[in-house]
Amino acid sequence: MTATETPLTRDIRPGEAPPGLREYESKGGYSALRKALRQMSPDEVIDEVRASNLRGRGGAGFPTGMKWGFVPKKDETSTRRYLAVNGDEMEPGTFKDRLLMEGNPHQLLEGVILASYAIQADLAYIFIRWAYHPAFNRLRAAAGEAREAGYIGKDILGTGFNLRVHIHGSAGRYMCGEETALLSSIEGSPARPRAKPPFPPVVGLYGKPTIVQNIETICNVPHIVNKGASWFRSLARSDDAGTKLYGVSGRVNRPGIFELPMGTPIREIIEDHAGGMWDGVRLRGFLPGGGSTRFLLEEHLDLPMDFGHIEGAGSRLGTGTMIILDDRTCPVGLLHNLEHFYARESCGWCTPCRDGLPWVEKTLDAIEKGEGRIEDLDVLDRHCTLLGPGRTFCALAPGAMDPLASGLEFFRADFVTHINDGKCPWG
Amino acid sequence: MFSREEIETIEAAIQREETPRSVSIAAMRFIQKQRGYVSDQSLADLAPMLGMSVSGLESVATFYSLIFRKPVGRHVILVCDSVSCWILGRERPLDHLRRRLGVDLGQTTADDLFTLLAIPCLGACDRAPAMLIDETLYGPLTPESIDEILSSYRELDR
Repeated sequence: MTATETPLTRDIRPGEAPPGLREYESKGGYSALRKALRQMSPDEVIDEVRASNLRGRGGAGFPTGMKWGFVPKKDETSTRRYLAVNGDEMEPGTFKDRLLMEGNPHQLLEGVILASYAIQADLAYIFIRWAYHPAFNRLRAAAGEAREAGYIGKDILGTGFNLRVHIHGSAGRYMCGEETALLSSIEGSPARPRAKPPFPPVVGLYGKPTIVQNIETICNVPHIVNKGASWFRSLARSDDAGTKLYGVSGRVNRPGIFELPMGTPIREIIEDHAGGMWDGVRLRGFLPGGGSTRFLLEEHLDLPMDFGHIEGAGSRLGTGTMIILDDRTCPVGLLHNLEHFYARESCGWCTPCRDGLPWVEKTLDAIEKGEGRIEDLDVLDRHCTLLGPGRTFCALAPGAMDPLASGLEFFRADFVTHINDGKCPWG
Repeated sequence: MFSREEIETIEAAIQREETPRSVSIAAMRFIQKQRGYVSDQSLADLAPMLGMSVSGLESVATFYSLIFRKPVGRHVILVCDSVSCWILGRERPLDHLRRRLGVDLGQTTADDLFTLLAIPCLGACDRAPAMLIDETLYGPLTPESIDEILSSYRELDR
């Protein structure tokens, strides 16, 4: 095991300019692209990614190689294919992809070109949220350099492979991060989700096969192509392969993003890397993978932070960026903040989400202010079912209910105290 | 009416994209950067270039929270209102901003220098509480740092 390897962040210098093309090349950059385009068929790239056991880093954790395999092969159809890379990082408490986009844009671009080659796409979009201006500007500059150098454009490295890369700057709305809504947004429409099936690998952008992939996922691809699937699997401390960008925020001494072996125990991430809790502040629980995941508790701190173990504990690895609830923070207030976000960001397409989330938000607001009634807890419980999986058009509302349902379960006494005392105990 | 340069920029973007409509968000971002916001007239001028109805383009414009359909101040302050900033006490710097600017969220200062808005998680949870002014990220915010930041913008615009 090579626990100290940090392939994704090794060349990132936070607060400084990112490596330019020359520096990136001098550190082995674009060698994976040469290797793949000259020595590997597109299917061999897919096979290597499949064998690496890379799973999507955007939240759902779908096996990347398997997803790429769903795209119809070029000899079976003449239709065009697209790659869409999701840099719409707006999940509350999530700040990992910003580091990758700002810190090493050429690494992302090399991954984009490799993934496009694997699925034989000739146009790739990198979708970037409004607020990430430095990421947008640096990626545009890096794409210009890559075009000049012949890594993007016509007949790349003389192999006949053509690829255009569009850096798309968005204009707000969390909804854009849902993969089918993201496609609607690229097409110039409001970011509303589409019915699945058909799934994007078969019917996606402009009705054509499209692979949608998170920034961190794509940044892994050059390293997998260069060093191989077994190297990638050996990076991890558990069954899920590779390294992971973990985040910790809340009342910890060193909030930040840490690239660590997949499966690093949660306690180690919080204590050793994020510097532990502030003096005099205790951890009560945490959302392991962004705002849309179920709370875990102190008893879960020794779990390896990976897909399987977090799912086994009833939550999801999600984006791998933890938000910590401490004993000086009101859980009702925290959930009110989250549900305010989801209510505002609902696209309004389906009724349960459009009408249910504002109701939840208002109910939480009343309870937090001490104006709630005990029956309000039934209202909240009922919404956790009515806005749950299978009841809404996309995953936004079920994701909004995950922290709420688990919060009602684990911190119910705090809700009751607000109602009985007529005020917030943390007031 | 758009200037010739504006029209040329938008038409060049249309040439690069898969469909004219695909340019709608990029074109509105561009117009907003040029003119501060996207007016009714701008929508009416842009829609035919994209092969869209004006109401169709308006439905796109109003869906996206950062396409401004009304004039905003010279600088737009976007204060993160999500969970990590909330845990770390975003209310205190926000109240300070309100007092210093004399406006609430959604409003523009009388001198048209600043518009104050809320934005979902800025992806700066390690710098919470955080805000964005135009394209620059600030955090962790304190009342003192806010005073410094605001006066640097006031200097800039003097």
